Amino acid sequence: MNLHGVWAIYRFEMARGLRTLWQTLVAPVLTTALYFIVFGGAIGSRMQDIGGVDYGAFIVPGLIMLTVLTQSISNASFGIYFPKFSKTIFEILSAPVSPLEVVTGYVGAAATKSVVIGAIILITSTFFVDVEVAHPAAMIAFLFLTAITFSLFGFIIGIWAEGFEQLSFIPILVVTPLTFLGGAFYSIDMLPPLWRTVSLFNPVVYLVSGFRWSFFGQGDVSIGLSLGLTAAFLGLCLVIVTWMFRTGYRLKA
Amino acid sequence: MEAVIRVEGLGKTYKSGLVALDHVDLEVKRGEIFALLGPNGAGKTTLISVVCGIVNPTRGRVLVDGHDVVREYKAARKKIGLVPQELATDAFESVVDTVTFSRGLFGKAPNPGHIEQVLKSLSLWDKRKSKIIELSGGMKRRVLIAKALAHEPEILFLDEPTAGVDVELRRDMWKLIGRLRETGVTIILTTHYIEEAEEMADRVGVIDKGRLILVEEKHALMRKLGKRKLTLTLAEPLAAVPAALGEWDLSLADEGHSLVYTFDAKAERTGIPSLLRKMQEEGIAFSDLDASKSSLEDIFVDLVRKDGR
Repeated sequence: MNLHGVWAIYRFEMARGLRTLWQTLVAPVLTTALYFIVFGGAIGSRMQDIGGVDYGAFIVPGLIMLTVLTQSISNASFGIYFPKFSKTIFEILSAPVSPLEVVTGYVGAAATKSVVIGAIILITSTFFVDVEVAHPAAMIAFLFLTAITFSLFGFIIGIWAEGFEQLSFIPILVVTPLTFLGGAFYSIDMLPPLWRTVSLFNPVVYLVSGFRWSFFGQGDVSIGLSLGLTAAFLGLCLVIVTWMFRTGYRLKA
Repeated sequence: MEAVIRVEGLGKTYKSGLVALDHVDLEVKRGEIFALLGPNGAGKTTLISVVCGIVNPTRGRVLVDGHDVVREYKAARKKIGLVPQELATDAFESVVDTVTFSRGLFGKAPNPGHIEQVLKSLSLWDKRKSKIIELSGGMKRRVLIAKALAHEPEILFLDEPTAGVDVELRRDMWKLIGRLRETGVTIILTTHYIEEAEEMADRVGVIDKGRLILVEEKHALMRKLGKRKLTLTLAEPLAAVPAALGEWDLSLADEGHSLVYTFDAKAERTGIPSLLRKMQEEGIAFSDLDASKSSLEDIFVDLVRKDGR
């Protein structure tokens, strides 16, 4: 195991995040504060409780998931795409690091940043609403699992992307709609039956629901199903990444 | 001397169908400076890329110090440092950070002393805290060399190291290569500047259209293929080569003021004494004479042309 190599990549990626601290931390926190003002303060005051939970508090898990998902994907995809673009990837490819070590370095750093951002948003939210976490251990575990899974997903997009348009294509056109429609701001129980059924095909529903369960002890679907599907998606991403490195897909000629 | 790199039946066909390497066999000896010459698109960079793990081979195999570069890639790559042709560097990192990163990436424990020594040897120490994006092209080239040396490689690949580099850096680089060789580092370089190969290399390989046309010890190559020239500055210009001197390979140059005799360097009899005698008989006087060996460049051009262009 080339631990020096993993550490070098991890530190390189973390340093990149620190250099762009404004972009990395301040932007998501500001965006989330705006959501709280609009959905929590302005609209939330006219909304009734959902399952006995105040609407302002109800959206906290959804907002954290929304940010952790998008940040994980954009951070990890950019982290591996940029060396491809600037051609500095030659060094990674010629180094004595295994695919697992490369992925650990890049995905580990992206997931770390996402978890930190998620924690900051949680802290920020306490300034606006009362939030209690029913199952802290489950909450932390779910946060890490999501951050790692979607950083891995972002890493795959970064390898797949052949231009900056493709790099932003998946986050903007797929992930953001799925997250908004995944029950970040509402319970899918509030939807008409047809749309409820459609929603069950949206993987983000299971993430948000599971995460919300760790806060309030209740979710749209069972916690076991949430965890199972998230773990399955993680497994799928691992299979794809392994295949990419084995074949050199869009990495090696 | 034992071979540190063995290339066996190596072939690479890109997805486009381009055959970049066509059954290449090559041995590079430990501690030597090996120059790979060839025109653009000959396969030099592809060959280096396969050895370094950036390109997957289609056929054949490469052993680095006995380790297969595909199956035992970690052991093989640890020994190799690569300076690529393109100036592909990070942009916002500092010089010392990017060089330290390279050392870690190649699995070596931090060693600020070694990094300092590498940066100093490349005149980068004063710039160690500068962002790479602020450096000139020549300085970026130095950074790439420093990165390749950060993990103390036993084998150093330099792909077109002096392309577009100023005279000072070129001189520094050759000095550095000389020092590295003294410490036992094997150096493989590709170059367009044939005089560099001529000056520095122990052995030369010529590659064209993906095939290694020849590999030869440099002096032997020049002896074997080299032509020599004898230039006689004539007292009186000639309009044409006199028929009486027809048995020698002669030509006129400098508007008839010089007579050039080309002969095979390896031939036992050069034919010079008889030529000079004959000229005296014919009453052709000369005021000066000068002999020269053909350069590696002449040999190279000759070889590539023979290869069917």
